[in-house]
Amino acid sequence: MSKLKFASVWLGGCSGCHMSFLDLDEWLFDLADLVDVVYSPIVDTKDYPDGVDFALIEGALANEDNVEVAEEIRAKTKVVASFGDCAVSGNVTAMRNPLGDPRKIIEAVYVDAVDRDPVYPEREGIVPPLLPKVLPVHKVIDIDYFIPGCPPSAAEIRRALETLVSGGSGHAVNEDIRPG
Amino acid sequence: MPERRTAVPVTFDGEDFEAYDDESVLQAARRNGIAIPALCYLEGLSVWGGCRVCVVEVAEDHRLRPACATPVKADMEIKVHTPRLDSYRKSILELLFAEGNHVCAVCVSNGRCELQDTAVEVGMDHVRYDQQAPARKVDASHAKYVFDHNRCILCTRCVRVCDEIEGAHVWDIAERGAGSEIIAEMDVPWGDAKSCTWCGKCVAACPTGSLFYHGKAVGEMEHSADIIRVLASARGKGEWLSPEVSL
Repeated sequence: MSKLKFASVWLGGCSGCHMSFLDLDEWLFDLADLVDVVYSPIVDTKDYPDGVDFALIEGALANEDNVEVAEEIRAKTKVVASFGDCAVSGNVTAMRNPLGDPRKIIEAVYVDAVDRDPVYPEREGIVPPLLPKVLPVHKVIDIDYFIPGCPPSAAEIRRALETLVSGGSGHAVNEDIRPG
Repeated sequence: MPERRTAVPVTFDGEDFEAYDDESVLQAARRNGIAIPALCYLEGLSVWGGCRVCVVEVAEDHRLRPACATPVKADMEIKVHTPRLDSYRKSILELLFAEGNHVCAVCVSNGRCELQDTAVEVGMDHVRYDQQAPARKVDASHAKYVFDHNRCILCTRCVRVCDEIEGAHVWDIAERGAGSEIIAEMDVPWGDAKSCTWCGKCVAACPTGSLFYHGKAVGEMEHSADIIRVLASARGKGEWLSPEVSL
């Protein structure tokens, strides 16, 4: 039997969920027997391939690039999971939302608060513009599975991956859906 | 007065139980070990019936009623878990999360929070509604306590405990609808509220990370809502000086 194609991606988050994924330690060898990691921050592939079986999305949608990546993943993946609180709810990434217009926040940080060379970081095609509001991933694409936690513990990630690898959905353990 | 109570038969989800005629459905359920989630209800305080998380269905008319505010009647057939009730409770939790700014990862009550626990209990793994992300204030003007309105679910436990147990009535609700907020006195900073006795009962009663002690970091704030029940019954029994009671 051919291995399942597994991908993970890091959008508007801190990479803590991927660090927690690496906390799976030796179970990663077992996972490697079952899946090919076809796209991830931990492998050197630039383009998201077609026909991915399941993908974990870490991070919220904070800018236009995040939205494009999420839409591409949805189009090319059978089962997509929101991985961690930022993807599930916006979490820390979305804490800018009550502050309003993101341009004002960037100005406060990169223009008003600096002593020399204040510049608004902006270049078309290079720096993706921020969305007016940070969004949980399921606000833009359909999500099949939610893995809350900041970060989800390695044990929770393992239970989720075991479910995804076996083609299941839903949650067996209620404690696995605890945010924070 | 226990000797004047009358025991009456009721059923919870089809199983027979004994309730007392002076109890609410929620009290009878809890005494019988049946878990009904609730957020605004706190034993020892008056019943508010505002959060609607404890909603149950009564067979006679299938209407939804808050268990905390529904008196027990003989032969009542009470449904606690049906697909409809479970889905409504989940929706209510999602609405509460969507209404305020609840960021568990940076909250003083992370891991010790009734709102978080209840969300897990009802199976909420994400919020379907749009996050409102309201601009709310944090009142750190009091020397001992902080009120972070971002995390407030307007359960009014603080309002009730301050009025009914402490007798100070520092807190109340201002505005209406989505603009509702808890205010101190006539909307002054908490630190300027002269009626506040610094007793800390509002902090003890808070189900979320909204009210906490200065200096508490993420996950460090432990509320002690149970103390309110002790205080409420201690007053009736004249046991104010019980050594176990400390805030």
